[in-house]
Amino acid sequence: MEFFIISMLNGLSYGLLLFMLSSGLTLIFSMMGVLNFAHASFYMLGAYIGYSISRFTGFWPALVLAPLVVGLLGALFERLFLRRVHKFGHVPELLITFGMSYVIIELVQLVWGRITLEFKPPESLQGPVFTLVNDGIKGISLLWGAAPADVCSAADAAVRVVCSPFPATRGFMMLVALVMLGAVWLLLTRTRIGLVIQASLTHPEAVQALGHNVPRVFMLVFGAGSALAGLAGVIGGSTFLTEPAMAAAVGSVIFVVVVVGGLGSLSGAFFASVLIGVLQTFAVAMDHSLVSLAQQWGLSLGPASLNNSYLKLTLAQVAPILPYLFLVLILIFRPRGLLGKREG
Amino acid sequence: MRSINSFPRRHVALMAIASGLLLAGLAQAQAPAKPAAAKAAAPAGPLAGQVVKMVRIDAQTGLLGPVGVSQLKGYQFFADKFSGAGNPAGVKFEVTGMDNKLSPTESLNALKAAIDQGVRYIIQGNGSSVALALSDAISKHNERNPGKEVIFLNDSAVDPDLTNSKCSYWHFRFDADTTMKMEAMSSFITEQKDIKKVYILGQNYSHGVQVAKYAKETLARKRPDIQIVGEDLHPLAQTRDFAPYIAKIKAAGADTVITGNWGSDLSLLVKAANEGGFTGKFFTYYAGVTGTPTALGANGAGRVYQIGYNHYNMGGQMDKWMNEFKAKYNDDFYTGSTIRIFETLGAAMAKAKSTDPVKVAAALEGIRVQSFNGEVEIRKADHQLQQPLYMTVWQKAGGKYPYSPENTGMTLVPLKEYPNYISSTPTSCQMKRPS
Repeated sequence: MEFFIISMLNGLSYGLLLFMLSSGLTLIFSMMGVLNFAHASFYMLGAYIGYSISRFTGFWPALVLAPLVVGLLGALFERLFLRRVHKFGHVPELLITFGMSYVIIELVQLVWGRITLEFKPPESLQGPVFTLVNDGIKGISLLWGAAPADVCSAADAAVRVVCSPFPATRGFMMLVALVMLGAVWLLLTRTRIGLVIQASLTHPEAVQALGHNVPRVFMLVFGAGSALAGLAGVIGGSTFLTEPAMAAAVGSVIFVVVVVGGLGSLSGAFFASVLIGVLQTFAVAMDHSLVSLAQQWGLSLGPASLNNSYLKLTLAQVAPILPYLFLVLILIFRPRGLLGKREG
Repeated sequence: MRSINSFPRRHVALMAIASGLLLAGLAQAQAPAKPAAAKAAAPAGPLAGQVVKMVRIDAQTGLLGPVGVSQLKGYQFFADKFSGAGNPAGVKFEVTGMDNKLSPTESLNALKAAIDQGVRYIIQGNGSSVALALSDAISKHNERNPGKEVIFLNDSAVDPDLTNSKCSYWHFRFDADTTMKMEAMSSFITEQKDIKKVYILGQNYSHGVQVAKYAKETLARKRPDIQIVGEDLHPLAQTRDFAPYIAKIKAAGADTVITGNWGSDLSLLVKAANEGGFTGKFFTYYAGVTGTPTALGANGAGRVYQIGYNHYNMGGQMDKWMNEFKAKYNDDFYTGSTIRIFETLGAAMAKAKSTDPVKVAAALEGIRVQSFNGEVEIRKADHQLQQPLYMTVWQKAGGKYPYSPENTGMTLVPLKEYPNYISSTPTSCQMKRPS
């Protein structure tokens, strides 16, 4: 049971990190009409800039400042590069973000080196946020913070007591993502600027005709999307690793998220991120293979098929391809994604 | 203005996704190799003044890069110490590094580049997958290019195949292979009666597979009562989050984890174990390698074990070297094979009175030298160094064992020594010697 809860929380926290990234990506997609390949690079930039700022100011100011810097860089990128190629159509826009992603990776390696940086979360986030205690007799209980040692060791050797702490960094990751989801949703639906953005996404000519500066709105959205990626970078970089391959590690997964969720749909991105986070986490724990499945159904297999290395592959071993398999299946059977509305 | 019609837009987006996924794995620019900073000591010995150029092909970038970078410093430090009067032949050693990004393909390119530069001594260690590819390529090269032979000095790749079914005359292994380490580790586990449920976790390549195989084999032989409650292989140097594995290990009820993981794959595993409240024991090969001591911290005290051919507190000259290394690079030296490579190579060159790889390879076979912990021997049958092994445990530093890696205040304290005659394991190698 505690395995299920902890795995679920691990999956949710990873999924929410993916959401922080994909929310910006899907917003920018609605606006530009092409996927921003440089998005994961802004995530990496967030981690590296956050690391550098945190060395002078500590973690908390870095958490605020780094996304602002990344957002500014994103807005500049839109203003100076994307807007220029916009008139040539979608393919040049796509290619320029693609080229930019490599430029950013190489620049980061020139500035910060090719080796993993030691970007540690602050003291206050280093312990567990709560501990699940599963006592053989008393059942499952929840203690805030770290559990005292005597709770986790049974007085009677026959009683099995398992303590499962949940790291505060992951709790914080979930909290920030949820706050961000709420804030973005409120901004888009309850404020004037949000209404202008929504209108610009679907009817830019009409909004322009009403006297709004649509290109500036796009620059703002691009900057804000990059800032969200930067925020995810500071949190992801300090919780996991800050290294040059971190963009590539999430880059392809967030594309899966926005396609599965429905291109341009914020709520779709939310569900897809959580779904993929949980799927990937639980797949690791599944030791079921085609052989064990067949045996459960009472089929008797010959020794040749019992030792067949493909039939013996467990779900845990194929876990890394699951998101991409999911992507392919979604594109075949529901091309607009789970919650996508934008079908022609 | 922007097109609202989603058909062409989606079309482009899908193309983009497809091309992005394809291109995601594109390699990045090659890192420049660092020049060796060697300085010759006073010339002596029969080959005084001759320079032996060596290249270490290893990962200097990526998740496992820090390990290769630290080891290259070790080579350059000891090339200095063992040059000139430091070896009986009196030769000068020069070691440079080439980055292989842990990829066998890149390693073969690097090998070719090194050979073209006239290098005849290739060093590698991290990744048995790389070592197998290099050993094979070097054997073929030597067959086809008489007069340009190359010797492969393997400092850390421990896949038993390298000195058994795939043994090569030109390959010399200075680490102890998995059969030796597992034999010693399982002997130690036999005495630990509190170990009942073991989980085996490894990296998904030849090394991880061999560790799992020999762990099961030796435990079944020596402690049949031990239950293997789970076994997993994860991708090499790609996993950033081990929390799902720790949850699985806990759910399996394991009291001990056996792992051959190294570098980030071990330090992140240990970090996840600390965060996830796993309180069992870890039996490892490489707890002392860059990054892992920091991840272990005080949390790992008394429950993280390492089987290895050396440790942080070997005493004598080794202590002085390690402190000097730390003062010079602010890094820890843990790859004792580095020293053995220079010791045996110097002795073999003095014996062969030449730096020609053909004569040196013949001289290396069966050579015995006094190393930092007694006599070691390169076994003629398979070119596996016969050496003592040590079971150590992670504990507070101090007293007899003062050396503290990565300034953790902790160290690896030796519990048991397995001398050559115990650590040695049989080989099935049928060595093909050049006629």
